[in-house]
Amino acid sequence: MTQARPYLKPVPEPSPETRFFWEKCRQHELWLPYCRRCQRFFWYPRDFCPHCFAWDVEWRQASGRGKVYTFAIHYRAFHPAWEPEVPYVTAIVELEEGVRLYTALVGVEPEPGKVRCDMPVEVVFEDVNERISLPKFRPVADEEGDHA
Amino acid sequence: MPEAMAEERIHPLEKLDIRGGRELLRKVAIVGVDESDEIGIVPHKSTLQLHAEAARNALADAGIDKSEVDAVLTCSAGGMASVQVAEYLGIVPTFTDSTMTGGSSFAIQLEHAALAIAAGICRVAVITHGQRGHSDRGRGGARGMMDPWAPAAQFEAPYYVGGPVGQYALACMRHMHQYGTTHEQLAEIAVATRKWAMLNPKAMMREPLTIEDVLSSRWVVYPFHLYDCCLVTDAGGAVVLTSAERARDCRKRPVWVLGAATSHTHMTLTAMPDLTQTPARYSGPRAMAMAGVRHEDIDVVEVYDSFTYTVLVTLEELGFCAKGEGGPFVSGQRTAPGGDFPLNTNGGGLSYTHPGMYGIFPIIEAVRQLRGECGPRQVPGAKVALVNTTGGTLSATGTLVLAAD
Repeated sequence: MTQARPYLKPVPEPSPETRFFWEKCRQHELWLPYCRRCQRFFWYPRDFCPHCFAWDVEWRQASGRGKVYTFAIHYRAFHPAWEPEVPYVTAIVELEEGVRLYTALVGVEPEPGKVRCDMPVEVVFEDVNERISLPKFRPVADEEGDHA
Repeated sequence: MPEAMAEERIHPLEKLDIRGGRELLRKVAIVGVDESDEIGIVPHKSTLQLHAEAARNALADAGIDKSEVDAVLTCSAGGMASVQVAEYLGIVPTFTDSTMTGGSSFAIQLEHAALAIAAGICRVAVITHGQRGHSDRGRGGARGMMDPWAPAAQFEAPYYVGGPVGQYALACMRHMHQYGTTHEQLAEIAVATRKWAMLNPKAMMREPLTIEDVLSSRWVVYPFHLYDCCLVTDAGGAVVLTSAERARDCRKRPVWVLGAATSHTHMTLTAMPDLTQTPARYSGPRAMAMAGVRHEDIDVVEVYDSFTYTVLVTLEELGFCAKGEGGPFVSGQRTAPGGDFPLNTNGGGLSYTHPGMYGIFPIIEAVRQLRGECGPRQVPGAKVALVNTTGGTLSATGTLVLAAD
């Protein structure tokens, strides 16, 4: 893997509860924590369910599909690492599994009117180093066949 | 977390012993308020100098000597903030509080101080704030390092570093999508707040501002224009509280603490139950129930305006209008001087001052309004004020209901 310039943004440091998540991301798979008592997913990874407090959780692979719950277009970088990318788009994506991830959108025109809430997206992984791949999301064609 | 789950976590109002709380808090008064000698751009003063000037000025306003202070509350002087400020001021308190919930810290500390005074644990409490938000930019000293294993470090920082603006923008965008809130409606708040600032000699921004000015200003983070965002200044402020008994002998008429309540829902945005809501929906009704007041009893409202959107959503969450109708509610300059909903009468964080954590200044302004000290911006006959402050990323709120005799 080659990169045009060194990667200067903060890189996640996997913790005991999140190591599995980041290992799967490195394999370009999205896995989520699931409560066996509530029988639903939750976010972010913990040894227990934040809803029912059961310490009975497992990992399940997610579909990688969801929709943009909300987004923001950044015209100013508050950290030098983002300066070359302005304007760029951050988003919260609501996955089919019902949890929301904080992320960035790729493959979109960073302009008001070109990005919209509820547009369907799918996960893509950006390899930032030999250990970490970051989940980001890109638009997919919706049910009517229109490209978002 | 689904909304229903969040609701389950909150004690229903009917289970609160509201009457007990009401009697408890009627025993405590705010007797002194003031800013530091200078606010705005003050590079020649340290953070602690701003704390000390504000404390001296607020104690003078109360007519209380420093030697009577037995409680110190603050959050803005490092990790043991109240210990640092008490040492600097030369006070050995027997009640202390360094509660740090961002901009809502001061209203929440006021709740704690009022409870402690009512319980007889302390008699004179000073809440102070000093912050060099403007002059410390890039200086680095003020911010602690985040634990690299913290949820925000792993799941937000890889995508965004830059403080509240990018986070509030995400919340605002969802509100605009869900409820049809417009840029023009947000601009109404910036313009109305500026009109109040033009009546306040201490306000930093006193030039006229129009809705067109707001809409033609540059994007900072869409959906926010420049004028949707608060100022970044240097400023100090302080508030003095004491018992009803001691308040009788103070320089100024007491302002009573009728209701006070706290709530927080999340630290990271993806844990927010609903991005269009804030915990003001919990702290607001509880404070109002404790005070025994309804919306129509409130004469003046001071809410934390980190962004125009913060005001709009907070008014909804406090129940001044129906959910989703904050935009229509603030339209037609309703919150401006002369409008029927006096709001952020000092000019707010948008136009008066905002050193990073603004939350002590709405308390100061509410007290001045209830004392009738506000000159050209005075709300005639103001007897009851509501203060709501927000900290973090719409994370933590404190609501106060204050009243004059």
